[in-house]
Amino acid sequence: MNIIFIILNSLIDILLVVVPLFLIVAYTTYSERKIIGFMQSRMGPTRVGPYGMLQPIADIIKLLTKEIIIPSNANKGLFLTAPIIMLVPSLLVWSVIPLSEYFVIANINAGLLFILALTSLSVYGVILAGWASNSKYAFLGSMRSAAQIIAYEIAMGFALVGVLMAAGSLNLQEIIISQKGGIIHWYWIPLFPLFIIYLISGIAETNRAPFDVSEGESEIVAGFHVEYSGITFAMFFLAEYMNLILISILVSIMFFGGWLSPFESTFLEHYFNWIPGFIWLSIKTLFFIFLFLWLRATLPRYRYDQIMRLGWKVFLPITLVWIFLEGFMIYYKIQPWFSV
Amino acid sequence: MLLEYLPVLIFLIFAIIFAAIMLSIGFTLGKNNPNTEKNSPYECGFEAFEDSRMKFDVRYYLVAILFIIFDLEIAFLFPWAVVVHEIGFIGIISMALFLLILVVGFIYEWKKGALEWD
Repeated sequence: MNIIFIILNSLIDILLVVVPLFLIVAYTTYSERKIIGFMQSRMGPTRVGPYGMLQPIADIIKLLTKEIIIPSNANKGLFLTAPIIMLVPSLLVWSVIPLSEYFVIANINAGLLFILALTSLSVYGVILAGWASNSKYAFLGSMRSAAQIIAYEIAMGFALVGVLMAAGSLNLQEIIISQKGGIIHWYWIPLFPLFIIYLISGIAETNRAPFDVSEGESEIVAGFHVEYSGITFAMFFLAEYMNLILISILVSIMFFGGWLSPFESTFLEHYFNWIPGFIWLSIKTLFFIFLFLWLRATLPRYRYDQIMRLGWKVFLPITLVWIFLEGFMIYYKIQPWFSV
Repeated sequence: MLLEYLPVLIFLIFAIIFAAIMLSIGFTLGKNNPNTEKNSPYECGFEAFEDSRMKFDVRYYLVAILFIIFDLEIAFLFPWAVVVHEIGFIGIISMALFLLILVVGFIYEWKKGALEWD
């Protein structure tokens, strides 16, 4: 009986996370087009519904009803597996993300390790897609993308190690709780270099501009998913945007106190007590999503050698040095962050 | 203890079924009338010149090897990082020594030019 109850309970939890998540993805694409449009003095979508609000719905219907083209040279099985391999991990990561003080689908102890493992899996989807398509652009795009993802994975992993050292736990709820005590206690101050590196590596991991050489519309058309059409393309698209939102929410959780209120332990605290933690987390996350879109509108694309240089020769040494330093900061119990 | 991971398993099954359903919706709703031109690999309107599984730069391979070394190192650092508050000076110094050895290797790679892309 107990097991059935748990299964039903977690199914409801999963739907509570996944359905809003898809809506957010749909409206992230809408706001991306709107925001970038306004930044370039255009209107963005305006036709479908008021202010073009129904544009994402129209896109979904279009993508669902398009023909799925399977190239004659492609390995058919792998070609259709790749989008699934891409989509499943990026959905699954959400099972350990704490959305408020009380709500998390699976409050597991190895949360951060789980996230590191699953975000590493997306590289398989990219390589499989590029290989199975049997097309030059797809192949080049997937090689570039894979090398870039694994290069930045290192910097990302070291940044995670830094957070772990500060929090002393792999559980994401405990990482948030260890930042308790107001805005200056959040880890973005003591771990400032790691925060910047995590954010930039996150952008590189999701292949977003200015690190979008793997898609490079103007050189290799769309990179690894050039041969995909209709729903198979939509699955890559969905995975990409879910990863974008995931990076935003992880930055908010690990460096900006997750669902903690920014007014904690100031004189403003009791005025804002009524706001639930979920709202704070959403505000922080939406800011970082906006930052992603903002960067795409502002920055030109990096050259490939510059990307690799940044990953290996700048980020890796900085994170290594910072982990040394942080070890000693923890040993000497630098107040107020490492006083545990 | 292991029960905490049950929702993850349920989510995994849910996600796989969901992805499969998405694919099958695409196959049922979408048209299907392939022809040779449509199914040929995309190469800006030209016939494909040669096999697309061509030779690629050995540096991608090198990057992958470097990645394995450093990713293992991260996996090794994880348990250490969780208990770093409790293991004191000896613990920090021994990990510092371990990292130092890896840094020597990293400097060697750097000087050898394994990280150059030009």
